[in-house]
Amino acid sequence: MSEKIAPSDDIIILDNIYKAFGPVQAVRGVSLRVKRGEVVVIIGPSGSGKSTLLRCINHLEAIDSGDIWIDGIHLTHRQTDINKVREEIGMVFQLFNLFPNYTVLENIMLAQRVVRKRSKEEARRIAMENLQKVGIPEKAESYPAQLSGGQQQRVAIARALAMNPKIMLFDEPTSALDPEMIKEVLDVMLQLAKEGMTMVVVTHEMGFARAAADRIVFMDNGEKIEETTPEKLFSAPEHDRTRQFLSRILAH
Amino acid sequence: MAQSKVQSAGASSRWRRMVDPKGLWAYAVVIFGILIVLAIYFDPSYRDAFDYIWPGVQMTLFLTVTSFALSLVIGLLAGLARVSSNPILYNIATFYVETIRGVPILVQLLYVTFVIFPLFVDGLTAAGLGFTIRDVEMHTRVIFGLALAYGAFEAEVFRAGIESIDKGQMEAARSLGMSYRQAMRYVILPQAIRTVLPPLGNDFIAMLKDTSLASALAVGEITHLSRQHRNRTFTTFQPLNVAAFLYLAMTLLLTRGVRYLERRMSPNE
Repeated sequence: MSEKIAPSDDIIILDNIYKAFGPVQAVRGVSLRVKRGEVVVIIGPSGSGKSTLLRCINHLEAIDSGDIWIDGIHLTHRQTDINKVREEIGMVFQLFNLFPNYTVLENIMLAQRVVRKRSKEEARRIAMENLQKVGIPEKAESYPAQLSGGQQQRVAIARALAMNPKIMLFDEPTSALDPEMIKEVLDVMLQLAKEGMTMVVVTHEMGFARAAADRIVFMDNGEKIEETTPEKLFSAPEHDRTRQFLSRILAH
Repeated sequence: MAQSKVQSAGASSRWRRMVDPKGLWAYAVVIFGILIVLAIYFDPSYRDAFDYIWPGVQMTLFLTVTSFALSLVIGLLAGLARVSSNPILYNIATFYVETIRGVPILVQLLYVTFVIFPLFVDGLTAAGLGFTIRDVEMHTRVIFGLALAYGAFEAEVFRAGIESIDKGQMEAARSLGMSYRQAMRYVILPQAIRTVLPPLGNDFIAMLKDTSLASALAVGEITHLSRQHRNRTFTTFQPLNVAAFLYLAMTLLLTRGVRYLERRMSPNE
């Protein structure tokens, strides 16, 4: 399966992905296509395999079987340089994962310098641009521990954006935040979606899903149960399991 | 009023600290030190022992610093191999760590000095190198022996330090396109150093004491010179007291230094 595929609109192609952790089958035969500029939101109960699926996209989890193409590059092919592919995929984590020993500015500059080989001046300029974008340029010289959770997550987004990725992955970006900080992070993500960034988002924020998603994928027990538009999902979900899940989280 | 209260509280706590019943051991140490210093000053037999042993301090420090530096290099490499996913590196490093740690250092020193080094150098000599095993000074062999022994301990220190860093750090670095090496170098190791520094400091002090094992190989460090002096003069108290005094003076100073570093390097949360 090493042949190149014809160029298409689909920047992410997941084909029949399987992934197990020991005896636990986390992802069972999921296929998914994401077009350039699309925002796809993955929802589902915890343990449904949605984070694992997301982590397979940039190979933080090695898949057991299936095929992945990122922008026409066969990710699961032996000769693919995974680091090269990852440069093009930004990722935002639930627990931010900022580097505590570096300042905010250094956090955003590090990979630019080391991976993109940008000059110090250029890296700094791009870092400041992205800090501006997420609304906290005044925190450039702070250390991550001095920031609130919402600010840390915005720095993490800026750090990923500074690499000029073609795709952004969000792994429950607001799940570790206090309620009053969720909005500031979602606002940044909405802005990104509006600018046409290709995004795959695992989240429990149904408000965001409704406002930003082109498509919503519902997963349960490692399987893709349903893939549809937000309008259809929230008004008339096709599957029982989807309906149950939605009624549980939208109850109040 | 408030100020004077604060001052008096400060004064009384300072006073209490001076007579802290749990701090009496420190006075005992200082008194022991002063007695030895006085003895060296006024007692010719102590002065004689001191003059004979003093040059050994230089050799002891030289052995400590060079062996420890070398053990850090070995330990870092072996520690990295221990967390590596490469099975060959992992097995070599684990074999090294497990075997070395199970053999007394003195035996290792003898082994390196009389087995490994001769074999190695004889090989080089046979290959046409211009020197033989006799040209390799004993203290050079001891340095390698100590470094090899301590490298195994440092490997475990580094491994623990690396493993103490949250998994998310490596994932974040890799997701930004960094290679494993780059992530190690720029993200993981700089953080691990903080965790690793206090145990490394303690090992440095332990190394200082373990250089005394070199006396078994007639390297002119403190312990060896003190034994020579004993044989030379048939005195026992004087050379041993002076040797213990010299070691203690150095280790106490170093302990202070390590504690200071520890406080300075504690992560600024």
